[in-house]
Amino acid sequence: MSGDDARAPATGPGSELRASAVGSSQAPVGANGARDEPHHGWRMVGLWVVSSAIADPLFYYLAGPHIPPGRMSSTAGGAQFDFNILLITALPVMLAVWIYMAYAVINWRASRGGPEPVGGPRARSNLPIQATWIAVTTVLVLFLFGFGTYELVQPEGAGGGEGPSPVWTPTSHDVLAIQVIGQQWKWTYRYPSFGGFETTELVVPEHTAIAFHVTSLDVVHDFWVYQLGVKADANPGQDDVAFTTPQQLGSFIVRCDELCGLWHGAMYNSGKVVTPAQFDSWAKATELQLAANTKFLPPFAWTYTPDANGADGGYYPDNVDPYSPVETYGAKQPGEPLPAKT
Amino acid sequence: MPRLWRLVVTLVLLAAVAGGVAFAGSNLSSQPVSVAYTAKPGQPVNVTMQTVGSYGHGIHATWVSYMTRSPTGRWLHTTTWQVPAHTKVNVTIYQYDSGTPLRNQQVGMVQGTIGDVATLNGKVFTVVNSNVGNGVGHTFSMPSLGINVPLYGNNPNANLCPAAPCTTAWPHNIIRFSFMSPGPGTYPWQCFVPCALGFLYGNGGPMQTVGWMDGFMDVVS
Repeated sequence: MSGDDARAPATGPGSELRASAVGSSQAPVGANGARDEPHHGWRMVGLWVVSSAIADPLFYYLAGPHIPPGRMSSTAGGAQFDFNILLITALPVMLAVWIYMAYAVINWRASRGGPEPVGGPRARSNLPIQATWIAVTTVLVLFLFGFGTYELVQPEGAGGGEGPSPVWTPTSHDVLAIQVIGQQWKWTYRYPSFGGFETTELVVPEHTAIAFHVTSLDVVHDFWVYQLGVKADANPGQDDVAFTTPQQLGSFIVRCDELCGLWHGAMYNSGKVVTPAQFDSWAKATELQLAANTKFLPPFAWTYTPDANGADGGYYPDNVDPYSPVETYGAKQPGEPLPAKT
Repeated sequence: MPRLWRLVVTLVLLAAVAGGVAFAGSNLSSQPVSVAYTAKPGQPVNVTMQTVGSYGHGIHATWVSYMTRSPTGRWLHTTTWQVPAHTKVNVTIYQYDSGTPLRNQQVGMVQGTIGDVATLNGKVFTVVNSNVGNGVGHTFSMPSLGINVPLYGNNPNANLCPAAPCTTAWPHNIIRFSFMSPGPGTYPWQCFVPCALGFLYGNGGPMQTVGWMDGFMDVVS
């Protein structure tokens, strides 16, 4: 919409439509005989600025705290913040489109029984508007690209540092390592700091940096704790690391997010965030409770070789007989130290 | 092509398509039969199954499988059974297969049963060290209820039962345990030993098929 619209006779994207549909007798007429058209462009811009200024803070402060995945952990909080930034960036864009459409429908609609509307030159193209639209959306997309990338890789951000070589590691020197083991079809968890016991319960302490070391004994699974904002592939023979710090007490659901066989859909269980004191109590009690089986587990390793142990029949290439826990279960060889991990 | 031939060809093609759809639909919707166990109020139900190293019949004769004994004493090739809600379920499993070390010894522990115990040939046990002896042949596991029972293997050098249903004349172990059925619903159960001989990592075939090493417990009110 150019600044000439107010002076030009019957200009603007819909002025011809109005003139032909309503008739000049119904519109104010200026001194030069032309109708005094309001400046539609500035009207729409004004509406857009006001509505965006109202909608964005409303959304951020009222709906924002409820946006998934919540703030149960540092990574979940980071993801929620990122979602909110994306949404308050997108909201004005959406409002711009809606306001223009609504404004056009209200102001430039054809009247009942009038002639068919005919688009004028301004309805066919408007270089300034097109250039502005492209420039603004390009800036927005580039900003979101940069913002999203930064948020993914920055420490304690939404990314969680997932992968065999995390892009960041927690600054805390008191990181609790929990090994997550996927198998068809359940999750088990080993706690190397507590004798390496393995359990089907996932319990984590509040306000403590957690390093999930995710691996698999068979096929590819995906460890997804939605409420904690943690998601990492469980690949056999690979140690995928994801960090988080629980910030709220409560329970959460662990799901497999990689189609992994017949009962992929049933491969979930629940876990909970407890106070550090409760965690310590639970871990020590569970270590004691499972001691009878823990002594038969293989030595703790960051990965295990699924092709080395399993059903009989000799179809595993490196099946070992008699059984050797280190050779057949742990990926590490005797005497080989575990890699230094957080 | 004469009109009559065109009509015949069209009808044959239509019949073939209809037959294919019916065949696919029938196979996709077919399920193993469900064995219904009932009990008088306050009384337990008794579920009896067996595991066999090779089913011995049909196109999957070499597949390992569970079998279920109906209340009338007939062995059925199914792994789906029905029990009443909030009822004590006594399970007896005749284990006719050999064993190996477990891929994950975590399932060597009895969990989720009443008292977290089971019996092996009449002796109470809570954990099986699969690295010694005959190892573990299979497990009966219901992850949603936290139930896991390892089934001790038979001597692989013994003359083991070649085809289901096996009788107690063959070498076997008897594992017994009990648990309380939950509220109404469908609860999957499975074997956690990758025991599918000839499949990659032992996880294919019968390990992925309901009616073999996977099943359902239907709990009804």
